[in-house]
Amino acid sequence: MTQTPILDVKALRVEFPGRHGTVTALADVSFSIQPGEILGVVGESGAGKSMAGLAVQGLLEPPGRVSGGEVRLDGRRIDTLTDGEMEKVRGKEIGAIFQDPLTSLNPLFSVGQQLVETIRLHLGLDRKTARARAIALLTEVGIPAPDVRVDHYPHQFSGGMRQRVVIALALAARPKLIIADEPTTALDVSIQAQITALLRKLCDDHGTAVMLVTHDMGVIAETADRVAVMYAGRLVEVGPVAEVIANPQHPYTAGLMGSIPALGARVPMLTQIDGSMPRLDAIPAGCAFNPRCPKVMDRCRVERPELMPSGSGQSACWLKAMETTP
Amino acid sequence: MTIALSVVDLTRDFDVSAPWLNRVIERKPKAFLRAVDDISFEVPLGSCLSLVGESGCGKSTVARLVTGLYRPSSGTIKFSAGKTGAPLSAQMIFQDPFASLNPRWRVFDVIAEPLREFGLRKGTTAIAGRVAELLTTVGLSPNDGRKFPHEFSGGQRQRISIARALAGEPEFLVCDEPTSALDVSVQAQILNLMRRLQDEMGLTYLFISHDMSVVRHMSNQIAVMYLGRIVEQAATEQLFADPKHPYTRMLLETIPNVRNPKRQREAPAGEVPSPMNPPSGCTFHTRCPLADGRCKVERPEMRAYPGGSRVACHRVAESMAALAVPA
Repeated sequence: MTQTPILDVKALRVEFPGRHGTVTALADVSFSIQPGEILGVVGESGAGKSMAGLAVQGLLEPPGRVSGGEVRLDGRRIDTLTDGEMEKVRGKEIGAIFQDPLTSLNPLFSVGQQLVETIRLHLGLDRKTARARAIALLTEVGIPAPDVRVDHYPHQFSGGMRQRVVIALALAARPKLIIADEPTTALDVSIQAQITALLRKLCDDHGTAVMLVTHDMGVIAETADRVAVMYAGRLVEVGPVAEVIANPQHPYTAGLMGSIPALGARVPMLTQIDGSMPRLDAIPAGCAFNPRCPKVMDRCRVERPELMPSGSGQSACWLKAMETTP
Repeated sequence: MTIALSVVDLTRDFDVSAPWLNRVIERKPKAFLRAVDDISFEVPLGSCLSLVGESGCGKSTVARLVTGLYRPSSGTIKFSAGKTGAPLSAQMIFQDPFASLNPRWRVFDVIAEPLREFGLRKGTTAIAGRVAELLTTVGLSPNDGRKFPHEFSGGQRQRISIARALAGEPEFLVCDEPTSALDVSVQAQILNLMRRLQDEMGLTYLFISHDMSVVRHMSNQIAVMYLGRIVEQAATEQLFADPKHPYTRMLLETIPNVRNPKRQREAPAGEVPSPMNPPSGCTFHTRCPLADGRCKVERPEMRAYPGGSRVACHRVAESMAALAVPA
């Protein structure tokens, strides 16, 4: 692919300076998303997947800061923009969908008012056209009777419908990129299926790039084109979804896949990864996964692996380096 | 096959009326929410029955009714006699390991409390020995007893909850979404631990979950709930191989499958109606692709079918009329 990626993140590093030293929340995170592509970012809690989404949007809570690397949106560098400039990018060029649809809507304004405000701010339309566009957006995200619902308040919507409203808000200014942080985690499975199908459709229809952050490998498998697996603030594997699932390159990804109970056949015991992810202030030397890795070697304990080509994607593991350079 | 627990026609209503003064001034009647509606099931000794369903279907209410945390509005819950002749003793594992452990108690005291309360061990050394043994059983170190709950990760805390439940020497464990607050790799550790304990101690489980793949891994029998009713109950393999009720089919179709993703699938229409105002007849008729006039008025009976499954659906009954027997 030679076209400019919508989002291009290179060697992103996020640090939280504190009284007891600086905690590195993200290190050397590099990925890109093409137009119309859904990149799934998966990992366990605390792996840094949400942090990556926030860093791209410039929404890190102080004292957290981007201390290295660069973020390019459609070729333009956005990590160096001021807060004021960034406010114009968020909502207009980057749309955001958060986990909890109830807390991401203002309970005191009708969904129509919230949509109209966003549309007028970013597209500069007059009130009447903005309202018509708000109704069109609600129709697009599959809300029945949008001309009535537009005047309803968030509490009058069910969880799934609220998440549709949030998606409509994210789409309001036709952004190039949507960052969806656990968009289906608060929803039931049947509603989850509706929302992922909707995201996929919108992505296909408008060529919007989507960064889908989730802990649910099932959602990734059914929605994303490529997947980036994170562990302890670093990318451990990036590749096409079907490949990563069928043939995981990194031992962590393999363990993660093995711990998901299969729907097909009942196995006596699940593959388990012993232990748990290290705290960010106590990441072991070398490969962060080495204390839990079943295939650990001496080199893993001293030297940190970078992402290197492996299979049809990339993985950060010394095992792969040995296979390619015997 | 010995039955460990039998539940017959269990119903639980919650009073959700407005306060008395509001009712008088606004002339509103009392309002009730029927969280569990006339359900019956049996759990065979040493097996695992799972209740699955979407949020608000009443599965956690059943767990709380079975452990006696709520009183039933009507119906009976009967545990059969255990090893000692007294009814089987039941313990519960809760969903959120961050809320179910007292943050001001050391882990040792959390686990020792049932031993002291039930008089299961007498004397400090006996109690200390038993706590150390329980901690080892669940894969923690006896030294961990000195720590406080906040020093542990979610998975470790769930191990502590399991140790506390085991301290009462139960023969029956009610597990209310024990892994839904955990990451998948940790979930696998806890599920493996629970399977191992079942094999070693001959425990009987009533397992509550919304996750079909977890349920499949853990259970022998599955009961699918929708709006307070059981719509289908069958042996695990039977349910996955031949789901009969349209709701079960919908659930199985919509769960994301990592190994065999269905990317171009049709998402099911509609949402779960409010239990405050459930639809008439079969409560699923508003979302059911097979619903007809009869489903809107007449509530379907639970019927048994060959292969051991029980289904409450008019359309299944009609298509299998020759084979069905009233349950």
